[in-house]
Amino acid sequence: MQKTYTNPVYPYVSSADLHAKKAVHHPVVIVGAGPGGLALAIDFASQGIRTVILDDNNTVSVGSRAICFAKRTLEIMNRLGCAKRMIDKGVTWDHGKVFFKEERVYDFNLLNEADHQIPAFINLQQYYFEEYLVDKVAEYEELDLRWNSKVIAIDSRKDSTEIRVAVPDGEYTLTCDYLVCADGSNSGVRSMLGLESKGQVFQDRFLISDVVMKANFPTERWFWFDPPFHPNQSALLHKQPDNVWRIDLQLGWDADPEHEQQEHIIRPRIQAMLGPEVEFEIEWASVYTFQCRKMDHFIHNKVLFVGDAAHQVSPFGARGANGCIQSVENLVWKVASVLKGQAPQALIETYNTERQQGAKENILNSTRATDFITPKNHISRVFRDQTLRLAKNFAFARTLVNSGRLSTPCQYKDSPLSTVEQDTFDSPLCAGSVPKDAPIAVYDQQDWLLNQLGTQFVVLVSLDIIGPEETSEIMQLSNIQNLNILVTGPGILPDVIKSKVTRIDCTKGALVARYDLKHKTTYLFRPDQIISGRWRECLSQTIEKAMRRALGFELDTDVSDRQTKTCEVLT
Amino acid sequence: MRLKTEPNLSEPDRFYQALIDVHRELNPEQSECLNARLILLLANHIGHMDVLSEALKIAEEIE
Repeated sequence: MQKTYTNPVYPYVSSADLHAKKAVHHPVVIVGAGPGGLALAIDFASQGIRTVILDDNNTVSVGSRAICFAKRTLEIMNRLGCAKRMIDKGVTWDHGKVFFKEERVYDFNLLNEADHQIPAFINLQQYYFEEYLVDKVAEYEELDLRWNSKVIAIDSRKDSTEIRVAVPDGEYTLTCDYLVCADGSNSGVRSMLGLESKGQVFQDRFLISDVVMKANFPTERWFWFDPPFHPNQSALLHKQPDNVWRIDLQLGWDADPEHEQQEHIIRPRIQAMLGPEVEFEIEWASVYTFQCRKMDHFIHNKVLFVGDAAHQVSPFGARGANGCIQSVENLVWKVASVLKGQAPQALIETYNTERQQGAKENILNSTRATDFITPKNHISRVFRDQTLRLAKNFAFARTLVNSGRLSTPCQYKDSPLSTVEQDTFDSPLCAGSVPKDAPIAVYDQQDWLLNQLGTQFVVLVSLDIIGPEETSEIMQLSNIQNLNILVTGPGILPDVIKSKVTRIDCTKGALVARYDLKHKTTYLFRPDQIISGRWRECLSQTIEKAMRRALGFELDTDVSDRQTKTCEVLT
Repeated sequence: MRLKTEPNLSEPDRFYQALIDVHRELNPEQSECLNARLILLLANHIGHMDVLSEALKIAEEIE
């Protein structure tokens, strides 16, 4: 019985669309108000695009579900104005322990790089995450979040989408330019379209439970292989806010889910795990079978699938919700650019290209973790156990121990939107990777680099001196539409360009070091902050070409697809 | 880097004897575990994925 959190009940409000004589048209309709759907809506609003969000329920997640939010998700949330509440409420952690049988095999520290605005990981129950997103959605008059609204039919054609929505007081039809489906692993829209998400079901069951404890366990991730309190299986203990602890217990394939969920069965297991003297209460429990699967293509006509509807992973590594939020960010600026007539239709196809890579990476990582945690046969169990025995004394074996490779952002190394690097940099960043944050000053105010990036294209130019040649290039850059210019370095800005750029200064050396900045070094960032190219020269023509490439104008498609389309957007 | 398949052991007979000796007192289960540890240790020493892949492939194909 859940005591630390009460699910809000959001009121159903009858929409004017129900009474319209003719199907009302919306640029973007989102199905599902989970983490993906809500983040989509807020990101679309940041692009000035109105959306309607339909959810067949009227509350946030029941049960804690996704609890581990990685840096990239928080960075995206920060751009959307939602990170502060998450970080304030969440539990920040960077330590962990791995146990094998009776022994502690090793401790780890994520050894996070200093001078970042956002922590590497926080733990936060999914219901808080969703609640904060719902609150943020409410701040936008342009976002129309409709609870108790279920999509019951869909007609998807090459250039149009029509859906039928059932609500408590009737049914209505909507049409839209884009239907974005974030309606979860059992996506109703996916089924109605006869589309499949294919992959692997793991032959294992896990009991996922939340317990409230008074005991003062450290804020660490503890993972047990074959512990004495739960022989031949694995166990995970991880702290959440409100003194709630997530406990995962592997049950094996033969376990009966109904039987295992009963409190009198769960309680002695958890008591054995925590020790006889620890007092606890069970808040929530559920038995899961994990799946790793994805759709072959995330786009069907003008219907786009996001999150678990498109790709699903086992939870080891926290790649479900984190992968979903990366997909959200990848999709929104592309659809928005096309809707605003700034990019060809073909740009949207790269959502599939780039996020298929992300989904494959996440599935690969979580499959490998699942294989280590649940060895498939005798010999894989032998290797697993001997790896753990070696890990106690030999550091190399610790790199093989896999209880989940924690979510890191996908690097779109071969993206057709990136401009191939020709110059040499002493920096691990590259075209296609997410940027690294760094402390900076903006006109003497302490700030962070990532706060200057995103939503639009941004070019960062480092200049030691700003002579006539540099001034002329900056002037030409400022003529490129929808491009923000950041200038850093010791160069003094001539008055003529002062109003056209934002001046940022490296305050702790991190900006210069992380980007290997020298005189004239230039980086171009996409609206999702991804680096689309970098150069040792600052040439406005090169930047303009790279920007057009990142907008999909160089993609190999039919000329007919290059026609752009405009539609009503917010101003 | 390629896997060396030409003779490379400085003392082949001594190595072979040591390999047999280390298993002498073990039952099949213990031997299996020891072999697993040995493979893991040697694989780490080799380090290069292409060399390891080649070794895995040759070992697999003989079966």
